[in-house]
Amino acid sequence: MCGAALADLFTPPLYWSDIFTQMDSIGVGSMPIILLTGFFTGCVLALQSVTALKEFGAVSKTGSLVALSMVKELGPVLSGLMVSGRNAAGMASEIGSMKVTEQLDAMRALGTDPIRKLVTPRLVATVFMLFFLTIIADAVGICGGALVATGLGLNATSYLHSSYQSLIYGDVVQGLVKPLFSGFIIATVGCYFGMKTTGGTQGVGKATTQAVVVSAVSIIIVDYLVTRAMIGVFGR
Amino acid sequence: MTETESAGAAMAELLEFTGPVVEFTDISIGFDGKEVLKEVSFAVERGQTLILLGPAGTGKSVLLKLANGLLKPDSGSIKIFGREITTMPEREIFELRAHIGMVFQESALFDSMTVEDNVAYRLHEEHVPEEEAHRRVVEALKFVELEQAIAKFPSELSGGMRRRVSIARAIISGPDLILYDSPTGGLDPITSTTIIELVMKQRDVSHTTSLVVTHRLQDAFTMATHRYDAKEGMRPIAKDGPERGIDAGTKFLMLNDGNVIFNGTTEELVHTDDPWIKQFLS
Repeated sequence: MCGAALADLFTPPLYWSDIFTQMDSIGVGSMPIILLTGFFTGCVLALQSVTALKEFGAVSKTGSLVALSMVKELGPVLSGLMVSGRNAAGMASEIGSMKVTEQLDAMRALGTDPIRKLVTPRLVATVFMLFFLTIIADAVGICGGALVATGLGLNATSYLHSSYQSLIYGDVVQGLVKPLFSGFIIATVGCYFGMKTTGGTQGVGKATTQAVVVSAVSIIIVDYLVTRAMIGVFGR
Repeated sequence: MTETESAGAAMAELLEFTGPVVEFTDISIGFDGKEVLKEVSFAVERGQTLILLGPAGTGKSVLLKLANGLLKPDSGSIKIFGREITTMPEREIFELRAHIGMVFQESALFDSMTVEDNVAYRLHEEHVPEEEAHRRVVEALKFVELEQAIAKFPSELSGGMRRRVSIARAIISGPDLILYDSPTGGLDPITSTTIIELVMKQRDVSHTTSLVVTHRLQDAFTMATHRYDAKEGMRPIAKDGPERGIDAGTKFLMLNDGNVIFNGTTEELVHTDDPWIKQFLS
């Protein structure tokens, strides 16, 4: 299915309107949870960091710690998990319902390939939008951290300067490669379980649960593998 | 040769084909180790209507899905318009399906689309201009007497209305073969008669080859003994006429336990000596 969905990108017809609809649903629709998750993760990270770093007299490094944690790890992983919870479940239940009500068969009978029409647009939209959602989560997280840090007496300019100075090219690349993998996992796992749904409404519920569990666990495993590979490439 | 030219050539080839529109030879298929169809063979000539009868769970719907390439058999050969579909790549089957309409058991309408978008689905896929698509949708909905429901969603329709929309969706492109999967299943007798009248109307107005799955004997025999007339609607075929009250183009295929136990005309069916068929018909 993954291969067919990717191959469909290079042959006509490409369902652009479905791609944009999915981008709106996945990208714009996930914005509130990404903003909230990113913001409060940054806040709590700053809160914990200030408390811990105070013991070592290194409170000025709070910005650096928050930025590195958000950009390299928490931003990509939490965005992936949030979008997975929302969209892998949505894809599995939507496509699963279509499967059990014979709508997928009807689509094929009407001359449309369901993989091309349903899977490819979701795959493109998830990979593309999760990339930008991760950037937003990183930025909002660093801002949230700045807000808490200044509330605890740190200088905002020094916090942001420390954040900016600590990030190098490799950190940013690492943080931006991960959502590409996560997006691929979310879309393919969600669509796969949707397409394989059997057994009526109970089957749809089961497929939805399986899609969320498998995609969330896969995101964390792949995150470890990508981190290991990136450390190998960039040395940190 | 461009894609449009080759599609045109393929269509011309289909229209010129004079052999059986549907031809099954020794088709077997099973699921989870249980054989559903066992070496099923039959053929449907152009313009003919084949009614598939049999108790529930004997593989009638599976047979219909095989005819549309939605399922692949374990063995045997299926020829649609003379073209072998069991070995045909999925992309070519999609092209072939442009000439086949299918009405699903539970209608299978796209629930996120309006009636208009559902009926126009194939036209939108073929990039037919919006104005022409709308005109053809109205025409198809008029055929099923449901033009007032054009802007509604499937959830706002009754079971019978959904079935009529499904018929409109199947006939909008003027297919050369229509597959009806239990078009009256789960409907009350009055609505069932309306649906059977539509199936008959399509048979007698457009002379489209069709396969009709049903387990309702009264629907099957109504189709075999009635004809649609533009003025009078559905009327019985005169018993004292040349056709002796029976539509010659309507034939029966009966399945039981995955085997074909009868394949023939209405007259042969009602005069059969087979005790199981006699019991089924009674």
